[in-house]
This record gives sequence, C-alpha cells and structure tokens, in this order.
Amino acid sequence: MSYHALHHRRWRIAIALTAVVAAVYFGFILLVAYAKPVMGRLVVPGLSVGILLGALVIVAAWATTWVYVRWANTHFDNEITRLKAEDSK
Amino acid sequence: MTAADLLQAATAPAAAASAAPVDSAIGKPNVVSMSFFFAFIAITLGITYWAARRTRTAEHFYAAGRTVSAGQNGLALAGDYMSAASFLGIAGLVSTSGFDGLIYSTGWLVGWPVVLFLIAEPLRNLGKYTFADVVATRLRHTPVRMAAALGTLTTVLFYLIAQMVGAGSLIKLMFGLSYENAVIIVGAAMMAYVLFGGMLATTWVQIVKAVLLLGGAFLLASMVMAHFQGNPAALFAAAADKYGDGVLAPGKLVTNPLDTISLGLALMFGTAGLPHILMRFYTVPDARAARTSVFYATGLIGGFYLLTFILGFGAMVLVGPDVITQFDKGGNMAAPLLAEFLGGTPFLGFIAAVAFATILAVVAGLTLSGASALSHDLWTSLVRKGEVRPAEEMKVARVATLIAGVLAVILGIAFKGQNVAFMVSLAFAIAASANFPALVLSIFWRRCTTWGAVASMVFGTFVTVGLIALSPVIQVDMLHHEAAWFPLKNPALVTIPGSFLVGIVVSLVTRDAAASHGFDEMVSAMTSGSRAH
Repeated sequence: MSYHALHHRRWRIAIALTAVVAAVYFGFILLVAYAKPVMGRLVVPGLSVGILLGALVIVAAWATTWVYVRWANTHFDNEITRLKAEDSK
Repeated sequence: MTAADLLQAATAPAAAASAAPVDSAIGKPNVVSMSFFFAFIAITLGITYWAARRTRTAEHFYAAGRTVSAGQNGLALAGDYMSAASFLGIAGLVSTSGFDGLIYSTGWLVGWPVVLFLIAEPLRNLGKYTFADVVATRLRHTPVRMAAALGTLTTVLFYLIAQMVGAGSLIKLMFGLSYENAVIIVGAAMMAYVLFGGMLATTWVQIVKAVLLLGGAFLLASMVMAHFQGNPAALFAAAADKYGDGVLAPGKLVTNPLDTISLGLALMFGTAGLPHILMRFYTVPDARAARTSVFYATGLIGGFYLLTFILGFGAMVLVGPDVITQFDKGGNMAAPLLAEFLGGTPFLGFIAAVAFATILAVVAGLTLSGASALSHDLWTSLVRKGEVRPAEEMKVARVATLIAGVLAVILGIAFKGQNVAFMVSLAFAIAASANFPALVLSIFWRRCTTWGAVASMVFGTFVTVGLIALSPVIQVDMLHHEAAWFPLKNPALVTIPGSFLVGIVVSLVTRDAAASHGFDEMVSAMTSGSRAH
C-alpha cells in the first residue's frame, strides 16, 4: 500500500465516522425540534426519552472517537511504519 | 483553609444551609474565595516563571517546544474548551429550564469527533504554528495568509469579547468588584502568562484549571447525588415533581426548528475552526499524540457536560429557579449557589475561584492564538516574507500579544452588558464558516485553488458577520426594529454550505497549476508526517 492508498483509506473512514456522528446528533436535534412529546415521554420515573437520547449522543461521540483512535493507533500506524521501512531500503 | 476543612464543611448537614440562599455570600468579597483566588494566581505565576526560563525561541513561545504529551494536551484541550460559559451557563440554563441545556452540551461535544477525524492529524503533520500554515501548504502564501488571518482574528475577537464580558460580569457578581476592574485584572494576569511564559505557561495554566474545574464539578455533583441515593433518575423525578414534567422535555429554547438546526451546525463544525484549539495540536510531538489527545479531551469534556447537567438539576431542586434568577436573570449563579447550599461559604469560595481560573485560562489561550495570527501570518510571512531573525520573531510575538491583550481589555469594557452565550455561538458560526471549509477543501480536494480557498474564507467571514447584523437578535432584540432582514438567529445553516460552495465554484473557474502539482506531495507529507516540524 502507498501513502496515497493509505490516505484514501483514512479519508474514507474519517468521512464515514463523521457521517455517523452527524446522523446521531442531527437525529437527536430533529427529534428535539419536531417530536417534543416523544422526547418528554418517561422511560422510568424521572428519566425521559430526551434525556436518555441526549446522554446516548455523548456516549456515541465517545464510542466513535474510540473506534477511530484504535484503528489509527494500530492499523494506520503499523502501515506507516512499514512504508517508512520500505522508503529507507 | 485546608482541604480537610473544606471536606468537612462540604459534608455539614444541609439543614443549616437551607435558609442561606437568599441571604448569600455571593457578591460580597469573602476571605475564602479571595484566598483561593490568590492561591491560584500565585501557583500560575510560579508556573509562568518556570516556563519563562524555558521559552527562548518562537517554537517554544507558540508550540511549547512540541514537548507536551498526549495526556497533558488532552487536559489542556479540555481546559481551553470548558469555558465559564459552559460551566456556569449550562448549569444555569438547566437549572431554570431543565432539558434544553442538553442541546448545547451535546452540540459542543460532537464538535470533537469532527476535529479528530478530519483536522487533528493533517494539521500536526503540515503546519507550524497556525492553521494558515496548513491551508497555505500548496497554495500561494500571501493571499491565503491574509484571508486566514482575517478569519482567525474575527473568530478570536468575538470569542474574546464574550469571555471578557463574562469575566467582568461574573467577577462583579461573585466578588463584588467593579466590572471594569475585573476586566483589567483578568487582562493583566492573562498577559503575564502569555507574554513571559508563552505556550508552555498557557498549557500548564490550562491543565491546572482543567483539573480544578473537573474536580470541583465532580465534587459538587457527588454531593448532589448523595441527596438522591446516587440515582440521577431520582434527581430528575424530584425536579419533575416540583416543577412539572415539562422540565424533562424540550422547552422554550426550541421555538423555531430551523434555528435549532442552524445552531447545531455551528456547534458541530465550529470547534474544528477555533484557532486556539487548532493551535494546541502543534504542541505535541507527533500525529499519534495529537489524535490520542483528542480522544482524552472528548472523554473529559463529555464527562464534564454530564456533570453540569446533574449540577443544573441539583440547583433546580435544592436551590430553586426563583432564588437563582434573583441573583442573575440568565441563571449563571446556579452552580455557585448550589455550592453554597451544599458546602457553605468555603465551597462557594472554591467554586468562585475555579470559575475565575477558568475564564483566565481560556482568555490566555485565545490571546496567544490571536497573537500568532498577527505575528506569524501577518508580520513574519507577509512583511518579512519568512526571512526573519529568531530574536525579531520573538519580539514581534510579544508585541502582538500586548496588542491583542490590550484590545481584549478595551473591547471587554466597551461591550459591557452583551449576551455572552450569544457572542460565543457567533464565534462558533464564524469559525465554522470562515475557517473550517477552506481547511477541509485545501487538504482533501486536489482541485482547490489559491483563490478558491481565499474566496471561501473571505465569504465565510464577511457574510457570517453580515447575516448576524441582519438577524433578529441584532435587529429586533437590540435595535428594536419590527422585523429582521434575515430570519435565523445563527447563520451557520446558510454560511457553512455557502462557504463550501464559494470555495468549490471559485476553484473550478480559476487555475492554479502549482496547487494541483503540489497535491500529491502534500498528501504524502500529511500521511507520513515526513515534513512535520
């Protein structure tokens, strides 16, 4: 794999994960804007759907950054190390 | 006052304090808050003295010699981001209207994954001190740097005014100092950090502040949870019992869905265009440390927002919105009042000092990034064409800091009384429209030309500011006109796609052989870090 191919792979993953975060967040915002009664419904006493989903948006932000950093720290960095070794040959 | 005394005071029976709120120590200078405040100033000036002896070159001044570890930078990023507006503002918003505060919290957090996926690593591998370095990598330096400095300085200006106005009002509220004196004290302390200690001192001030703020919020939230058997749902249920189920659902913040979406866009993409945040990625040794630091920062900031949500509801139930709004209509005193209720005057003093430290640290980071645009982009690159002696570079950097600092104090006093949260949301709209699209187009799109990037940044800056001036907030709320020219409070819904479109169209109709020629080399450098400073 070349630096270019690696760049394109990183770019695709970056765009896909950005899209996931945007979908989760704007899904939440659209529900807030257009489905107020749903958001006010209670799951258990005190915990509304809105609060639960809001907390899940935060969890989703954590999860996607974890997925990316894990991929980049292993696959991406290993590939870079390999390419650099090839360069110095 | 020792830590043991503080803890003891913190666990004192609530009954003694329950009558306190209306007769609060807020607004009266008290020994405890003053001691915490002076202790913080002493510690941070000590750090500055230590850092000053290690700050000899421009690389030290702007990028702390690129020696900051991923963990340290994660804390410093969180420190730069968790402003008093988010600590006091969100807790206040939640305490008076419940659920709505969560819209801001989530929006401010989802900006971070975007920074991680799209910006952090290319920035670290391509740039030196400012984001203009990255946009200019394969484009013509002079026009790109001028346009980028315009976007940077406009963003920093709005953000800085917001922080200064917030600082003045909060310190006045909490310590009883006059607004002008408060702004001058903040300006003076901040300039001492930045002028002498540069990025190293600023980074450590951020770290100290982040630990204090997270620790304070955690302690406060734990004390709230102790009242509700450690169960957040019991806290929310108590709030609903007292003030109706409406506090658990979207409320009056959401009147126009398009406004909400526009604000959401500004928050999500604005973080990736904030100059003082972008600048932090130059302080770590490599791209791996840059990405890891964002991971830590996202964890810390997300946790912090969950804590402020608990604090807001805690203040609603234990203090009450009617009492909170007596002290400040915007609800900004919710967290300090809650601290006073739970831990008496000592804990109030501690939280007040933490809020002050927060403002000081954010203002220092902003001033440093404004100074870097003035000296690195405008002076070193434009006036001196990059041929500048190291001694002169440092001198210019310090003069620029002085200019930015004095300007911040003057503007802080001039804009007294402006709505802080609104100014911050505008700074995000400008960052998202002026800086973010050009940055993304220049590093990911081969066809992007010099004039495409320049047009996008200039359009993003002027049109965003223009639409803000024509928005209902200025036209109706401030100038009392019947209607506004532009319907949205936050223009991001129009200006972010607009800036991308302008950048793309102008790139397609202009030619820039050097730009497309340099693309492959840039991609290699950005991926491998081979040309990283």
